[in-house]
Amino acid sequence: MLAFLIRRIGQSAVVVLLMATIVFFGVNLVGDPVHMLVSPEADQAEIARVIQQFGLDRPIVEQYWLFLKGAVQGNLGTSFIFGQPAVGLILERLPATMELAVCALVLAVFFGIPLGVYSGIKPKSRVSQVIMAASIFGFSLPTFWVGIMLIMFFSVQLQLLPSTGRGEVGSFLGIDSSLFTLDGLKHIILPATNLALLKMSMVIRLSRAGTREVMQQDYIKFARAKGLSFGRIVWAHLLKNIMIPVITVLGLEFGSLIAFSVVTESIFAWPGMGKLLIDSVLQLDRPVIVAYLMIVVFLFVAINLVVDVIYSLLDPRVSLTGAKS
Amino acid sequence: MTNPVLSIDNLQTHFFTRAGVVKAVDNISLSVNAGEILGLVGESGSGKSITGFSILGLVDEPGRIVGGSIKLSGEELIGKPEAALRRIRGGRASMIFQDPMMTLNPVLRIETQMIEAIRAHEKVPRREAWQRARDGLAQVGIPSPEERLKCYPHELSGGMRQRVAIAIAFLNRPEFIVADEPTTALDVTIQSQILAEAQKLCRENRTAMIWITHDLSVVAGLADTIAVMYAGRIVENGPAEAVLRSPRHPYTSGLIKSVPGEHLVGQRLFQIPGMTPSLLKLGEACAFKERCAYQDDACSAAPPISMEGGRACRCFHPLRADTAAQSGGAAKESAP
Repeated sequence: MLAFLIRRIGQSAVVVLLMATIVFFGVNLVGDPVHMLVSPEADQAEIARVIQQFGLDRPIVEQYWLFLKGAVQGNLGTSFIFGQPAVGLILERLPATMELAVCALVLAVFFGIPLGVYSGIKPKSRVSQVIMAASIFGFSLPTFWVGIMLIMFFSVQLQLLPSTGRGEVGSFLGIDSSLFTLDGLKHIILPATNLALLKMSMVIRLSRAGTREVMQQDYIKFARAKGLSFGRIVWAHLLKNIMIPVITVLGLEFGSLIAFSVVTESIFAWPGMGKLLIDSVLQLDRPVIVAYLMIVVFLFVAINLVVDVIYSLLDPRVSLTGAKS
Repeated sequence: MTNPVLSIDNLQTHFFTRAGVVKAVDNISLSVNAGEILGLVGESGSGKSITGFSILGLVDEPGRIVGGSIKLSGEELIGKPEAALRRIRGGRASMIFQDPMMTLNPVLRIETQMIEAIRAHEKVPRREAWQRARDGLAQVGIPSPEERLKCYPHELSGGMRQRVAIAIAFLNRPEFIVADEPTTALDVTIQSQILAEAQKLCRENRTAMIWITHDLSVVAGLADTIAVMYAGRIVENGPAEAVLRSPRHPYTSGLIKSVPGEHLVGQRLFQIPGMTPSLLKLGEACAFKERCAYQDDACSAAPPISMEGGRACRCFHPLRADTAAQSGGAAKESAP
C-alpha cells in the first residue's frame, strides 16, 4: 500500500509538471492582458510601466521559470485585476463550489443507484421504462435550459425557493457552509438539482447495465439457492459488484463537477470558482486562469488516487501492493 | 416400503420463447430415498439442469413449471408461495452448481457467504454460525478452516471452491441436495476426491441426492440408481449396477459404449450418430428415433414404458440382456 502510494505520487508529480507547462504556455499565447489593464487613454510610457510591473517584458522562458519556482512554494502568481495571490482568490471560493458539487453528487448517487438497480431488476416494467426515458432527457437537455426552467417553475411560478445566491452561511466544527442553515439549504436545492440531473442519468444507466449483468451470474443464482432473501441478495451480492464501475465514473465526474460547474454557477449566481474563472477569462487575468487550471489538475489527480484506493476496498481481487498483471 | 424423500411425478417445465414452446422437461417422474444418490445422466440440453432448478423453484423466465408434482417428504412444492420456497431452499433442499469459479461471489469473504446461508434459515448468533461454518469446512476436508474462512474466493483453487460450495449446501443439514455436474470443471484427481467426499456426507447425513452428470463413469461408482434423460424425457431408469451392466434403451447402450476405457488403444471410440433433436420440434414420436439402429414404423408413436424388475424403459424395442451385451455391431454406423 505504501509503495503503491509513493509510486502513484511520483507519477502524479510528472502529470502535474507536464500540465503546468502546457497550461502556462497555452495561456500566455492568448491575447494581450495589458490592454485590459490600462485605461484606453494611457500613453506608451504608462503601458511600458504596466508591462514591466507584471514582468511581461521578460523572455517567456524566464517567466516560466519564475512561475515554476513560485509554484513549488505554493505561489501561483498574483492576480492582475485583484492584486491578490491567485491561489487565495480561488480557495476563498472553493467551499461554495465544493458544497454544490458534493450535494449534486449525493443526489445523483442516492437517486441514481436505486432507480438504476430497480430498472435493471425489472427491465420490462412500466416504471423502468419511465425511468429510462427520463434518463435520456437528463442526458440530452442542456444544463442551462434546465436551470432556467427550474428557476421559472420553483422560484417564479411557485415562489418556493430562492433563485440566486448562496444564502446565509452557517458555521459548524469550524467549517463555513450554507448547508448548516435553513436559508442556505433552500438556496442550494435548485443549483444542486440542476447540476445533479446529468450525473444522475449517468448513474442510472451504469447501475442498470451493471445490475442486468450481475443478476445473470451464477453466484446470484447460488445465493438464491441458499435461500437468501431478495433484499439480502441485492444489498450484499449485487450492490458491491455494480459499485466498481459506478465509482470509477463518479470519481471522474466529481472532478468535473468541481471544475466545470461554470454554467450552473452563472445561472444561479452561485459565488463559486466557476464564476471566478469566467470573469478571469474575460479579463485575461492570466495568473488566476493558470492557478485555476493547476488546482483542477491537482484535484483530478487526487480524486483518481482516492478512486484507486476505494477500488481495492470494494474488490478484493484488486491489489495495490504493486503486482502488475 | 420406505417413503421417498423426494418424489417427482410427471413434471413439465416449458420455456415460452419467441420461436415456440421448448419442452425442456417433459413429463418426468423420479424418486430418491434418504441416504441414496440418484445419477441423472444425459447429454447437454437434455433437460437435466432444468430438472434440478425446477425442484428448487429456480426456473427463470421465460421458463415455467406447467404441470406435475414435486414432493419433498410428502409436501408439495409446486405452487408454494415464493416466501415458503425461499425457506426450503438452502434449508431442507439445497443445490451445488457446476462451475465453482462462478458460484461464489468474488467480492465477499467465504465466512460472509457461509454465515449468511445459516442465518437465512435460523436466527443464531454470529459466533455460533461462524463455528458451524468452520466445522462445515472441516467436514469437506479443507485444512485450517479458520484461515480459509477469511479468504476471498479468488484466493482458493477450483477444487477448494467446490468444497466450499458443497460445505454450504450441507450447512443446514438438508433432506435433499441437487448436485449439478459439480465435478465437470475440475481435474480428474480432484474430481475423485470430491466424489468420495460428497458420497460420504450423503451417507452420514442420510441426505437424498440427485447427481446430475453427462459422464457415466462418474455415476458408475457413486449412484444407487440411474435415470437416463434424453430430450426432456427419462428414457430409462433403474438400479445403477443393472442399468450399466445391461442397458435396455438403445440410447443408454450407446452412451455406455462411448465411454473411453472399455476400448483398446488405437480403436475408434464409439459414437452415437446424429445430434440431439431440437426441443422445439418434438412430437409424440420417440425423440431418439432418428439416431437409433432399431427404429421402425412403430417408433413414430409415443413409446410405451415397460417395467421389469424395478427398471423402467421408454422404448418399443428394449434390448434384452443378451442383445445388449453384443450390440456393439447392431447400432448404426457413425459414418458418414
